[in-house]
Amino acid sequence: MDFELTEDQEALAEGVASLCAGRFGIEAVRAMEESGLDRGRWRELADTGVFSLCLAEADGGVGLGWAEAAVVFEQLGRRLVPGPLVATTLAAGLIEGAADGSVVVATVERTSGSANVEHAVWADVIVISDDEGLWSVPAEELVGTDARQPLDPLTPVRRIPGLPKGVRIADADAADEWRLHGSFLVAALQLGVAIGATELAVAYAKEREQFGQPIGRFQAVKHRCADMITRVEVLRAAVYAAGATLDGNGVGAPERSVGVAKILASTAAAACGKDCVQVHGGMGYTWEVDAHLYLKRAWAHDLAFADGDELAEDLAAGLVS
Amino acid sequence: MDLRYTEEEEHFRDELRSWLSSTLPDVPPLPADHTDLVARRAYDTAWQARLHEAGYAGIHWPAEFGGRGSTPTEHLIFLEETERAGAPYVGVNFVGQLHAGPTLIAEATDEQRATHLAPILRGDHVWCQGFSEPGAGSDLASLATRAVDDGDDYVVTGQKIWTSFAQVADYCELLVRTDTEVPKHKGITWIIMPMDLPGIEIRPIETALGSGEFAEMFLDEVRIPKVNRVGDENDGWRVTNVTFSFERGTAFISEVISSQRLLADLARVAQKVTRRSGTAWDDMGIRRELGVLDAELDALWSLTKRNVSQAQRTGSVGPGGSVFKLAYADVRKRMADLAEQILGRAGLAIGDTLDLSDMDHVAERLYTLTLTIAAGTSEIQRNIVGERLLGLPRGDR
Repeated sequence: MDFELTEDQEALAEGVASLCAGRFGIEAVRAMEESGLDRGRWRELADTGVFSLCLAEADGGVGLGWAEAAVVFEQLGRRLVPGPLVATTLAAGLIEGAADGSVVVATVERTSGSANVEHAVWADVIVISDDEGLWSVPAEELVGTDARQPLDPLTPVRRIPGLPKGVRIADADAADEWRLHGSFLVAALQLGVAIGATELAVAYAKEREQFGQPIGRFQAVKHRCADMITRVEVLRAAVYAAGATLDGNGVGAPERSVGVAKILASTAAAACGKDCVQVHGGMGYTWEVDAHLYLKRAWAHDLAFADGDELAEDLAAGLVS
Repeated sequence: MDLRYTEEEEHFRDELRSWLSSTLPDVPPLPADHTDLVARRAYDTAWQARLHEAGYAGIHWPAEFGGRGSTPTEHLIFLEETERAGAPYVGVNFVGQLHAGPTLIAEATDEQRATHLAPILRGDHVWCQGFSEPGAGSDLASLATRAVDDGDDYVVTGQKIWTSFAQVADYCELLVRTDTEVPKHKGITWIIMPMDLPGIEIRPIETALGSGEFAEMFLDEVRIPKVNRVGDENDGWRVTNVTFSFERGTAFISEVISSQRLLADLARVAQKVTRRSGTAWDDMGIRRELGVLDAELDALWSLTKRNVSQAQRTGSVGPGGSVFKLAYADVRKRMADLAEQILGRAGLAIGDTLDLSDMDHVAERLYTLTLTIAAGTSEIQRNIVGERLLGLPRGDR
């Protein structure tokens, strides 16, 4: 048993971190609030292999595992990289052009009645998942109203009166995998969001002075920051364990370990987002400071893929079976 | 990143399992009277002796000092399997096995090691810890128990507290002040105190749970030979921190496993507790909280493995131990709240859950109060995490 990252995994994380630092600095990210998804930068992610990471080499992918995907998506979450990263990655190999970044893919779980669909504004193709399989719809056929002010300014939302049926592209088993892997990748993004929020709060606590000293010297602030990193490290263990388990390098069932990661991810990322706002005081409630972006992203991710309450009930049932 | 166990590790687990399944049926149940510490000592040391005969004593101690010299992963497997099998806990041997023994290995003279290590492993000697004082808790370094230099001896006077199992201990790892003129960390010395010396008085302290393993210890001109000193005079603070690094390594493995058993039992209790209509289990909020806590314990088990892997690579978990302790204490306190909610009126008595369970969820609920206090309060842990892990500036204490 060795739960540390391998040297290759460390190098991968560093590579993606430096790509993100260079191309997805917070100014570049926030510029997309106005200009929409930057397709050039999206292609750069594709060229680095982000979307084809877990696609087999024979199918033109990088052929790495889900553990590697975890460290990559952690870095993307940490930098608030916008766009339907998870859906496009899941679609690599299923939808032509997803892997190379030329086609942007968003996704939604089928519901009856009206629905809010994330990223529809930026996407070329929407994949709808339901109990029977996966269904593809060109984005322009998803007619509706784009929200004037989405909760997360970097997660655009289109309200549609009802979902079209679409063209079936995969069977029910593939839809199950879609949900499983999607939940996992969202949990990895949430880990990154929690880390980013913690880093932002800690940096501010070191630099902001009141009563003649950095506020991070006060236990009220220091202890809040300690709670933030504590949530991060517990979540990190759960996400990495889920990645290893999906790759067959773990113990126990992948469904369980992904469920555990998703449950913890929702709580941890939102709590770190809120704490980040709180540490910033009044500035934390301004549009100018980035704290609200972490919290809003955490809230938006919370609703993607598997539902935390349902996962919790499944785990509870497992306790008495 | 690979969570699977190697062939050697699985082999170790198989051997241990088969030893446990052949040995445990002969082990008597815990003494019914939990206030009878003499019986408790006999029970715990008998188990220690059996571990020793089978070669499992001092699993993490180096082989040259009589231990098994196992890797941290094998140590994890040992604690996991013994807990799952319901084997006795380390009990009165806690300080000897986990604090004093490892400190002696790291810091003692060959003669001191020869005298003390083997009897700890065999279960012949029981140790207690004389660190905290009424005026020195979180600020341990301010301890005031005075050791006066008198020829070949130190003459020690003062008061210690939280000296668990002092009533039945043979030796005490004792911190004393040997220099009052220097900054507080620089005047402390670590001594081995035999518990049969004249001038030692022990008074039991009853816990909020009604148990009696706590004690306070009054020292009145106790004459301790200087040859019992471990490390240099006034170097005791460093020697003590060698001990703490052991304390925060694999310390909670058994606890996580037993928490998982406790939670599964709580779910079954929820199915039995009847309410005005249906059972506690029919309450969706209760089911969801059970599921969330199951997820959190699962994640803590993963975090344990990460910490153990880090210890295996680097020799220490550092502030990761504090992170774990904070998260674990929080989960257990929320489990206690949930137990209260599920038990309803069955929670009104300790040691009698109206035939709902063999486990004592009410006593466990009280026990969780210690988790944010013992071995460094959560407030102290948050200082450690904030300062050492996040680099926040050190403030006033």
